[in-house]
Amino acid sequence: MNVAEVLPLAFLGAVLGLDVVSFPQAMISRPIVASTLAGSLAGSATSGLLAGALLELFALEMLAVGASRYPEWGTASVVGGAMFAGMQPANWAGALPVSIAAALLTAWLGGWSMYLLRRGNGVLARQRLQELGAGSRSAVLGLQVTGLTADFIRGGLVTLLATLAFAPAAQYAGREWAFGTARSEALVLALAVATAGAAGWRLFHAAPGARWLFLGGAAAGSALAALR
Amino acid sequence: MTEKRIQALPFRTRAAMLARLFAVQGSWNYEILMGTGIGFCAEPALRLLPGGLQGVAYREALARQVQYFNSHPYLAAIAVGALARAELDGESPAHIERFRTALCGPLGSVGDRLIWAGWLPLCSVLSLVAFALGAAPLTTLLVFLMLYNVGQLGLRIWGLNVGWTQGMRVASALGHPALRQGPIHITRAAAVLGGLALPLLLHRFLEESRPLIGLTTVAALIVAAGLVKLHGRLEGSRLALLGLALLAGYSVIPW
Repeated sequence: MNVAEVLPLAFLGAVLGLDVVSFPQAMISRPIVASTLAGSLAGSATSGLLAGALLELFALEMLAVGASRYPEWGTASVVGGAMFAGMQPANWAGALPVSIAAALLTAWLGGWSMYLLRRGNGVLARQRLQELGAGSRSAVLGLQVTGLTADFIRGGLVTLLATLAFAPAAQYAGREWAFGTARSEALVLALAVATAGAAGWRLFHAAPGARWLFLGGAAAGSALAALR
Repeated sequence: MTEKRIQALPFRTRAAMLARLFAVQGSWNYEILMGTGIGFCAEPALRLLPGGLQGVAYREALARQVQYFNSHPYLAAIAVGALARAELDGESPAHIERFRTALCGPLGSVGDRLIWAGWLPLCSVLSLVAFALGAAPLTTLLVFLMLYNVGQLGLRIWGLNVGWTQGMRVASALGHPALRQGPIHITRAAAVLGGLALPLLLHRFLEESRPLIGLTTVAALIVAAGLVKLHGRLEGSRLALLGLALLAGYSVIPW
């Protein structure tokens, strides 16, 4: 990948990374959206959506609750979606598993970068505690603008570094992949569906009867799929 | 305590507060969490205090509002509206600080159940159903984004209004049926759609390799059962990463 190809992706990663927590939290950073957008930048929105749907299943596992540490799916989905869309014309068997693996790794890297950013924000806030205690408007605005800018840069850097790091490995793995396309995709799918299914089973425990509705929905889905 | 006044919030002030609410977590940190963000969002209203931007009342109020605060980001709108109202009503600082502390827990737990564990998964699985049924990329995105954002935008606008209207009596708003019973109904809807989505997705991805569908379903069920059993000790995404690394090793390295 050359600079002209990577920079738009890094910008998209910066915007979507910012959306995860800082601004505007409209969930354009969800995998099904982010990966499709990245796929369209890389030449195939449909391929981006395919990767995004799988990543969305993984993302259902983790609730982005308050101070907890969780994977950051905005930048991860840009990396995964663009990688899969970029590998598609060659129809490599390894395209999907390699792209999803790159996205999962980026999600953890992104989560770790968010943790560092929040610690950095904390250091800055501590340094300006006296001004905040005096009701300084400029201190409040300064902290907000610095935090937002830093998060934007964080998202861009994570996307840039992950794309540059994983692209050559993905190209190699995609080329040399010996396991069949269908079986490779089935394995990725089984892992994604299992992750979402287990997450749903735990999540639906909170509402009385929801687990039965989940099983009923699965039965209806199976019947509908069989009829199609 | 200063004399109590009921003021209508000017449209521009209300719009500025709403716009700032989208960045309420802009400087989120482990020290004061979203404290700075709450002050940032309430600040346009605080300018209406006697003396304006240069007044002592403004600086004292802003200093109170940037202290430690935690809440769900969308329901923070309720806190911002209510705290701005309390400040403009001239409530005592001690009263405002107690009220502020009391708001944290309920706004966090209600928001997490309503949004992170309800609305977001519901919109997510609905878009997955749309995708599995063959919707085009743009349609799939629009299904998710329009539905989700109607909910979150509506919640922010309602939260700011109810916070401002109710002020220190805003606790009653948290007893609103949509907040009390909403999460249960939303979770049930997400459960039906989630169940529907998974088999449809299996067929969508493997429609050209139908013989693999049965085996993939059985494998997914076994892995899911393991993940449920090992909850808290093993995450699906980490297991997937390990599985994919092993597959890559097997597939790429010439044995």
